[in-house]
Amino acid sequence: MITPTHYMLLSAALFTIGVVGVMVRRNIIIIFMSIELILNAVNINLVAFSNQLQNAVGQVFAIFIIAVAAAEAAVGLGIILAFFRNKETVNIDEMNLMRW
Amino acid sequence: MTLFYVFAGVAVVTSLLVIAQRNPIYSVLLLVASFGALSGLYVLLDAPFVAAIQIIIYAGAIMVLFLFVVMLLNAPHEDTEYDERTHPLARPGPTRAGSLLAVALVVELVWALTRAGEAPSPFPEAGLSSIAAIGRALFTEYAFPFEVTSILILVAMVGAVVLARRDERARK
Repeated sequence: MITPTHYMLLSAALFTIGVVGVMVRRNIIIIFMSIELILNAVNINLVAFSNQLQNAVGQVFAIFIIAVAAAEAAVGLGIILAFFRNKETVNIDEMNLMRW
Repeated sequence: MTLFYVFAGVAVVTSLLVIAQRNPIYSVLLLVASFGALSGLYVLLDAPFVAAIQIIIYAGAIMVLFLFVVMLLNAPHEDTEYDERTHPLARPGPTRAGSLLAVALVVELVWALTRAGEAPSPFPEAGLSSIAAIGRALFTEYAFPFEVTSILILVAMVGAVVLARRDERARK
């Protein structure tokens, strides 16, 4: 029997994988993909509870999150491109332009 | 029941491979596979609209954007010598601190989930697969957030163009 707990555990697992990716990797593109993983983990919870409570609002929020993720990806990749043009690297250790 | 475990297993394994992969192109492709598995889970949850959106927008649009940037930057060769020598998941120092924090997060999540009081009720039999219900909620109760999202996307579009544009004055 699949209960919402199964979906929450899956969501927690994916969220954790995303967090590990953000903390461990140095390639900024992979960090970006990890952020997408985190957003997807949230979406699983929203849709699972939308089904559990028989309420469409959870799916509405999932759609909002997908829209925000699209906007975030566009701006973030623009920043990566602009940065790459200046520094010729995607390693976040080199990203210290705003360090004081 | 079996389908849940198949999709969940595929999602977890491909997500793990995403962050363990050294070549970003493989990461992008594995992430598409992960999103496909999640889309299957959405279908199991009686949310076909979200499943379609997941495939079309995430796997279709966002990941193609990622793939474009990865290929544009030719990123596999951009790692420093240090990165070439050691596998990303096996580096000392700050990396280890990050892993410790991640393990703490796992412990916290498992603790919180196992402490949930009563056993959660299973999913109701009658599914809510009505796209009309989503549309009604989206355009009545959540009409304002919907419009704000459209402005957000407009701003993001303009911002992406400005950020990615070559500065003509600087080149002269």
